[in-house]
Amino acid sequence: MAFKVINPGLLTTVQDLGRPGYFHLGIPISGAMDRFALRAANLLVGNDEDAAALESVFMGPQLEFEVDATVAVTGADLPPRLDGESKPGWTAFKVRAGQVLTFDYLKGGARAYIAISGGIATPPSLDSRSTYPIGSLGGIDGRPLAIGDIVPLGKGPGAAEGRSIAPNLRRMPGTTAELRVLPGLYWRLITEAAGRNFFADEWAVAPEADRMGYRFRGGRPIEFKKREQPFGAGSDPSNIVDGCYPYGSIQVPGGTEPIVLHRDAVSGGGYFTLGTVISADMDLIGQLQPHTPTRFVKVDMPAALAARRDRRSLLDKMRASLS
Amino acid sequence: MKTRYTFGGDEHIFVEMDEEMSLDAFFKSLSMTNAVRAAQIDGFTEVCPANASFQVKFDPDKIAPDDMLAELKTLETVAESAERRLNTRIIEVPVFYQDPWTHETLMRFRERHQDPKGTDLDYAARINGYDSAAEFIVAHHSSPWFVSMVGFVAGLPFLYQLVDRERQLEVPKYLRPRTDTPKQTVGYGGCFSCIYSVRGAGGYQMFGITPMTIYDPKQTTSYLRDFMVLFNPGDIVKWKPIDRAEYDATLADVEANRYEPLIRDVAFDLAAFSADIDGYNAKLMEALHGV
Repeated sequence: MAFKVINPGLLTTVQDLGRPGYFHLGIPISGAMDRFALRAANLLVGNDEDAAALESVFMGPQLEFEVDATVAVTGADLPPRLDGESKPGWTAFKVRAGQVLTFDYLKGGARAYIAISGGIATPPSLDSRSTYPIGSLGGIDGRPLAIGDIVPLGKGPGAAEGRSIAPNLRRMPGTTAELRVLPGLYWRLITEAAGRNFFADEWAVAPEADRMGYRFRGGRPIEFKKREQPFGAGSDPSNIVDGCYPYGSIQVPGGTEPIVLHRDAVSGGGYFTLGTVISADMDLIGQLQPHTPTRFVKVDMPAALAARRDRRSLLDKMRASLS
Repeated sequence: MKTRYTFGGDEHIFVEMDEEMSLDAFFKSLSMTNAVRAAQIDGFTEVCPANASFQVKFDPDKIAPDDMLAELKTLETVAESAERRLNTRIIEVPVFYQDPWTHETLMRFRERHQDPKGTDLDYAARINGYDSAAEFIVAHHSSPWFVSMVGFVAGLPFLYQLVDRERQLEVPKYLRPRTDTPKQTVGYGGCFSCIYSVRGAGGYQMFGITPMTIYDPKQTTSYLRDFMVLFNPGDIVKWKPIDRAEYDATLADVEANRYEPLIRDVAFDLAAFSADIDGYNAKLMEALHGV
C-alpha cells in the first residue's frame, strides 16, 4: 500500500498538524502551513483531520499509485489530472492502482494539500509525521519527497467520489493580502512614526518566503528610539538579549525587511519583534505567492479573538457539510 | 530588574525578566517557568525558557488571554522566593579552535563581517583587549559556562560565561547573517557562546568546532539514545581545547557510537557562586575531574 514519486515537483513534504511540545528545545511545531486546507483534504477522503498528507509548493508532484484510493486536493488552485483527465479541486475522486496523478500549472495560492485515503504512513518522530528538514525529523528520513520514493499509506476505506466542499467554505487567497497584527513584544523600541509607517506602507512578499518564515519588502525602514543597548544584546539597535519568538511574530533585522515566523519557526534569537500576526491569519500566509502586495492591519485583542471565532465557525461549517 | 508582560498575538504571552542578561534574570525566569509547568493552568499548552525571559503558549478557546496573564502574574511572587539553586550536570565539550572548516566558511562570508581582512577570532581578540587570538582562546575556555537557553534551531545551546561582568567576552553578530555554518561550530554573539547543532544559517562569530554530536534525530549516538537533544537549560559546560589529532580521534569514536562524554552531576548555587566566583569555579572543576 503505497504510491511512487515519479517527480516531486518543486518542494513536496509530508505534513500533518505538527509536533507541539518541543519548542523549548528549538524544535518547532511544523505541520501544514494552511491547516484549514489540510483538515478539509483529509475529511474529504474519509481520514481523520490530523492524518498526514502532502504539501506541495507552487508545483504539483507526479505520483503513481500502487493501490486503489480516494484522493482530494485543497488549498492552492493547482488543478489535478488523473491519467491526463482533469479532476476538480476540493472534491474527492477515486484513483485505481497503476494510475498517475499529475497537476496543471498553479492558478492561485501557493500550497496545495493532497490527501489520500488511509493517510501517509511514514514513521512518526516525536509523535508527528510532519517533515522538519532542518532537524531531519518526520517525512521520509526527515527530508522532502525525492524521485523514486515509495511512500507508504495506511489502511482506510476511502470516502465516496464526488464529496465536495462548497465554494463559500473554501478559503481562496486574493490578489492582495491583509494580515492582521497585534502590536506588542518589543514594539516599544521603535519610534511612533515607524509604527505608523509599518501599518501605512504597502509591502510585498519577498522571494525568501518559506516554511520557517515569510519575508516582506517595500516599506520604509523601521527607526528605533535612541537607547543604550542592554548588556548581552549586541550593538545593533535591532538586537535584544536572545529571547523566544512566538509563531507569527514579526522581526525586522536591521530595521529593513520584516519576517513573519511560520510553522518551522526558529524558537528564539537576538532580533527584536514588534508584534504578532493573529492566529486566524496564519493559514493565509501559507497561500501567499512572492510579490503579493500585502498590508499589515493593526488590531487589538478583542478583534483577534473575534477573528479566531470566525475561523472556528468556518471550520465547524466545513465539518458539518461533510458529516 | 523589572518584569514586563506582553502578548504575542492571541496564543502567546512573552515575559521578560530583565532587558539585560544576568544570572539573576535567568534564575528568576527558570523559577517562573517551573512554577508555570507545575501550576497546570487549564488552557496552558507549553512554556519556553530563554536567557532572561520566557514565553507561554496557550489556547485562547480554553482560557481568556487576560485570565492567563493574571495567572502568570500570581506566579511571579512564588518565583521570587524560590531558591536560586539547581541540581544539574557539568559536561566537558572538546573544541578544536581555529579549525579548517569554520575558517573556510568565515573566509567565504568575509564581506558580511565587521573586519573583512582578519578572522573572527582576531577580531574578537582585538575588540576584547587581547593581544592575540591565542590569548583570547584561553579566556574563552578557562572558565565554565552556563546553558541559559536551548533553541533557535533543534538542540542549540546558548551559553553564558561564569565570570564577573568585567571579564565577560562580548562580540557583535555578523553584519549580515551567513547562509551557511558548519555543524557543531562553536560560535559567539552578544555575551553568548553557542554550539550550532545542525548545519545552516547563522550570525554568530565562529571560533572553532566540536567533534561531539549534540543533536541526533536518529538517536544512535551512544549518549543520545534516551533523547535526541543533549543540552538542557541549567547545564554547565567546560570547553576543553583539543588539536587536530584529538579532534579526528574523538570524531571517529562519536561516529562509531562509542564516545562517552565526561559528564558529572553537580549542584549550582547562585548566592555561593556570586560570593566567590573563582573559588566556586574551582570546585566545579573538581567535580568534573575528581580530586
